[in-house]
Order: sequence, then C-alpha cells, then structure tokens
Amino acid sequence: MEKFIPVAGNGLLDRRAFLRGGAALAAAMTGYSAKAETLVEQPWGKEPGSLVPPYGGPSAYEKAVVRTLSNPKGEPRTQHARTPHHLLRGTATPNGLHFTISHGGNAEIDPAQHRLAIHGLVKRPLVFTADALARYPMVSRFTFVECGGNSAPMFSPEPIQANVQALHGLASCAEWTGVPLSTLLEESGVDPKAKWVIAEGADSPHLSRSVPLTKILDDAMVALYQNGERVMPGQGYPMRLLLPGWEGNMNVKWLRRLQLTESPAMTYYEARTYAPILPSGKAYRFYFIQEVKSFITRPSVGMEMKGPGFYEISGIAYSGNGRIANVMVSADGGQTWAQAALQEPVMSKSFTRFRIPWQWNGGPAVLQSRARDDQGNVQPTRAEIIAVRGQASRVPPVTVFPSQHYNGITSWSVDATGGVRHVYA
Amino acid sequence: MFTRSVLLMLIAGPALAAGPNLGTPVTHGDLAAWDIHILPDGTGLPKGGGTSAQGAAIYAQKCMHCHGEGAKGGTNAALVGAPPIKSIDATKTIANFWPYSTTIFDFIRRSMPWQQPRSLTDDEVYALTAYILAQNKLIGEKDVMNAQTLPKVRMPNRDGFIPRFPEQTPGVRDL
Ligand code: HEC
Repeated sequence: MEKFIPVAGNGLLDRRAFLRGGAALAAAMTGYSAKAETLVEQPWGKEPGSLVPPYGGPSAYEKAVVRTLSNPKGEPRTQHARTPHHLLRGTATPNGLHFTISHGGNAEIDPAQHRLAIHGLVKRPLVFTADALARYPMVSRFTFVECGGNSAPMFSPEPIQANVQALHGLASCAEWTGVPLSTLLEESGVDPKAKWVIAEGADSPHLSRSVPLTKILDDAMVALYQNGERVMPGQGYPMRLLLPGWEGNMNVKWLRRLQLTESPAMTYYEARTYAPILPSGKAYRFYFIQEVKSFITRPSVGMEMKGPGFYEISGIAYSGNGRIANVMVSADGGQTWAQAALQEPVMSKSFTRFRIPWQWNGGPAVLQSRARDDQGNVQPTRAEIIAVRGQASRVPPVTVFPSQHYNGITSWSVDATGGVRHVYA
Repeated sequence: MFTRSVLLMLIAGPALAAGPNLGTPVTHGDLAAWDIHILPDGTGLPKGGGTSAQGAAIYAQKCMHCHGEGAKGGTNAALVGAPPIKSIDATKTIANFWPYSTTIFDFIRRSMPWQQPRSLTDDEVYALTAYILAQNKLIGEKDVMNAQTLPKVRMPNRDGFIPRFPEQTPGVRDL
C-alpha cells in the first residue's frame, strides 16, 4: 500500500493522495478508535414529511448560512451584504448569498416598464425592452464579480480578527446568461470615434461608470439570468452589465443606458471612490481588473479544529486576467509550498476551488495559499503589496475601506488548541 | 440557381445586419430626460445657471440635515474642507481629491438629495455646485456657474492621478 508522503512542511500531503488511494488510505491514516453508536429509526422516518413548497429554500437547520449586513436598517448610506465563504464548499454562489452592494437600496423595477437605451456615438440610437432582449441569441458563462474594495481590511496595520466572510465576502461567482453587447452594438452601429461606453443604472443614485469600448466588445454582456433564474433584485433585476473579471462597481446593475463617447465621464465612482490613494499622495485611476487572488475558506477564522489528525484545506482562487494555472499552499507560513488540486472545470475569470489534504500534528501552523493565473500573474504576498500601496494609518473598523484592490496572500494561524486566527506572515 | 450568400441576403432583407433587430430607434428628444452624463469638458451641461447665494438657501432646505451646517459634514460627508492627504486612508473631499468640477454637477443632479434624486431643477443644481465651490474658495462668492464657467473651474487635485488603464493593465493593447 502506498504511503502518505508529506510534500511540504508541517504535514501537507500530496494533492493526489485521495484520488489514487481512496478510502483505504483515509482509514489507515485517521484510524478508527471510537466506539460505534447504536443506530435508531428517527421521527422523520416514521411519518411523511412537510409540503413541497413552490420555491425551495435551504433546510431550517442552515439558518446560520446567511450574508452579513453592514446597514441593516437602511440608513442613508451604502448597504453591503457579504457572502459566507466559510460555509460554502463549491464555486457557484447561491443566488440569495451572492454579495450585494447597493448605494441607494435595491431598486424594485417593473420589467415591463424598464428600457435599455444605447446612444451617443452610434449610427442608430436604439431602445430595447426586457422582452425584446430576451429574444436575442444568448450566451452563458461562469464568472466572479468582486467589489474593488473586497479584502480592504488587509490594508490595516494590524491583522483584524475577522472571518473570511468579513474580510473577503464582497466576491461571489455565478453562471450569468444574457446578450453579448457586441450583438447589440452591431445593430446600433459604432461611430469610429467612440472609445468609451458610459453605463448608467435606473436605481435612485443612477450609478454610472465609464467602460472602455474594447472591453464592451470583448466579453461584456447584458445579463438577464443568474444561475438559471432571472437576475436577483440585488444584482440589478431585470438586467445588469456584466464585465467578466473587472471591478464589481463597473458591472452596473439595473442597467438602463449605454452612451458611447470619445472620452470617459469621470463619474463620482471612477473619479473619487474607486481611485485608491498611494503613499505618495497620488491616486490610481481606472484600476479596472480584479487581479489574481486566492484565500483559504477551511480551516479559517471562527472554526475550532477538533484535535490533531486529518483535515482538508480548501479555498477559492480566481483571476480577472484568465484561468487559474495553479495554487500553492503552505502550512508553515510560506517556508515550504505544496501544489493544491484544482477542481475541474477550471474556467476563465471564474472561481476555482482548490483542495489539499493536511495531517495536522497538533502544533502551531500558518496556512497560506498563493495562486498563479495562465497569463503568468502571481498573487503577491501582503508585504509585496504594502511596499507599493502602503497601509492604513490606523486599524479601521472591519467594514471600512482604507484602500482597494488588495489581492495579496491571507494567513491563518492555527494554535495548539485548534483555534484559528488571522495573522500577517 | 441562388448562391448561398444571395439566399441569405434575401432572407435577411437588405440594409440591416442579420441580427434580430428588435430594438426601437430613438430620437435625441425622446432621450432628453435620461441624457444626464456630463463630461469634464462640459459636454452635456444644460442651459441655466446659479450662484452661491442661491445655492446656500437650497442647501439649508434640502441638504443640511445630512451634510451639516456650512456643508462641513453631518451624518454624511463634508462637502467643504480640504484636509491634507497624508495617508492612503485619508478622507477624500471635493476640494482635496475630486479632479473635475463637472463631477459635482453630474453627481448632485443624478443622486442627490439622497431621498429624492432627480427632484432638483438644473438651475438649482448649478446653484448648489456654486455654493459648494465658493464655500471651498475655489470660485468667488459672486461667480455664476453655468455651462461655460463650470468646466473652467480647475480643481486643486486635477493632476493627482496615475492611470492604470491602459498604461499598467496587463494584456491590454493600446486603445
Ligand atoms: C438623506 C441624507 C442626504 C441628503 C438630504 C443629501 N445627501 Fe448628499 N449624500 C448622502 C449620502 C448617503 C452620500 C453618499 C452617496 C454614496 O456613497 O453613494 C452623499 C454624497 C454626497 C456628495 C458626495 C460627497 C463626497 O465627497 O463623497 C455630494 C456632493 C452630495 N451628497 C451633495 C448633496 C446635496 C447638494 C444635497 C442637497 C440637494 C444632498 N447631498 C442631500 C446623503 C444625503
């Protein structure tokens, strides 16, 4: 029988161990010492169950699997709802758990009254109804959407003790279905002078962002469906702009207007909000791409490890530049690394689940993941990011955004009691 | 005998691309109520105008309960003041950060007041813009803001930015 050969320090095992060895190896490794329990017929086996509802929801036992809300009373400021990554194990975020940021609440739009206008530097300005768009040839693609401010607490000068939902919950992934914008612009015609498309929502802030025409013609769509059903209200029902791999705020929800122009509009959100300040006092403008990133979701802060033995380390990796090529995992704070298994299919600009078996010896460990994409971009360490981007002047509340576009490594330390803490390593 | 392309042309009809063509042509007039994007050079700015004095009265009535007296901040952001930018988490304000004056007009007209966006007249938006600029000492107390004057107001942090796109964007060709 094959042996479990550690492939990196502190108990990381070959990612293929289980694929090759199967159950026999797991039994050999963990051992079976506890006494078996006597199995009984439970109440749910002794009478018929409940009515099947028209629209299904999760089990009543899963009430803790919810988003966290930054502004639950809807005071006049932005509302954020964060995805509970630590409680999810796949790559498709359930629609009710997809992160949402709304600057003026969720618009409640009657789809029959909604219109999408395409105008400006086009040959024929056009208006589309939702019904008309639903008759166009569609495409589907899995893609993540991530807020430019996701992971912003990582700019804190001290590691904030918060879980993966609080630190990285402003990213989610779904299968989006809709009409490619190249199809619609073929019908409107594009004036050769056009270089930008200013997208605008029908919600109360009428949120607007300028998008380069090259992106619009490359892989942008007007998304009408999310994981097979109509786009959720918090995602822009009845339609949103989808820009795979680009800053969440640009994926304008409740999309009502696309104006083609020669130059960008310098809207509030591009000129002011999504312009991260650098240590020099200057600020980046047009930081469009959500760069290669990964984080471990299990084990992570808030989980108690129940004694030494076998654990699977699992997490999410993604890149706005393409496919994930590999994810390396360390259990000793980055001294040694082992390659994690990537769950197929690995799709471009989409969440990729990585996993690696780990034999925890009960001693201190620091878990890290580091992703590389197929364009050759490597996820930076936190130190590498801070060297260029600086860090906050003081420890901010976890819901505040001291800067944006953090794609560096996250470190979880495991102590001898099995507690997991957020550390900088 | 028809060639394939002639056949396709007959099916699709002349002139139009072979798409579904289910949009409705729209005129500039039909779009007017939605056509609210303002570009930094002033493109899109409407007729009308306003002064700081007019803006102060509107501000007291419609903005002050959130943005505070003298627009120095309340439950929502200060619209006046320019604290120095000394760290990456410094407070961004209109006077210390916003690169273009046109964004003030554009944002107020599309999003404010928060409870009742799109309720202000263009004159009121010009007046509020003048009030904010004058309180920040970026224009004179008596200056009129309109489609000609507003784009000429040079904001202090106009050149404080480093574009990532397309300059530092991996894989992006020149536009
Ligand atoms: C009910 C509270 C409320 C009222 C009333 C209100 N605002 Fe606001 N204002 C906000 C909120 C909330 C934001 C932040 C918007 C966002 O982040 O999307 C904001 C942001 C702004 C900003 C951008 C500030 C910055 O530096 O980021 C300006 C300018 C502004 N408001 C002007 C006005 C004006 C002018 C009025 C009166 C016509 C007004 N506001 C009335 C709540 C309010």
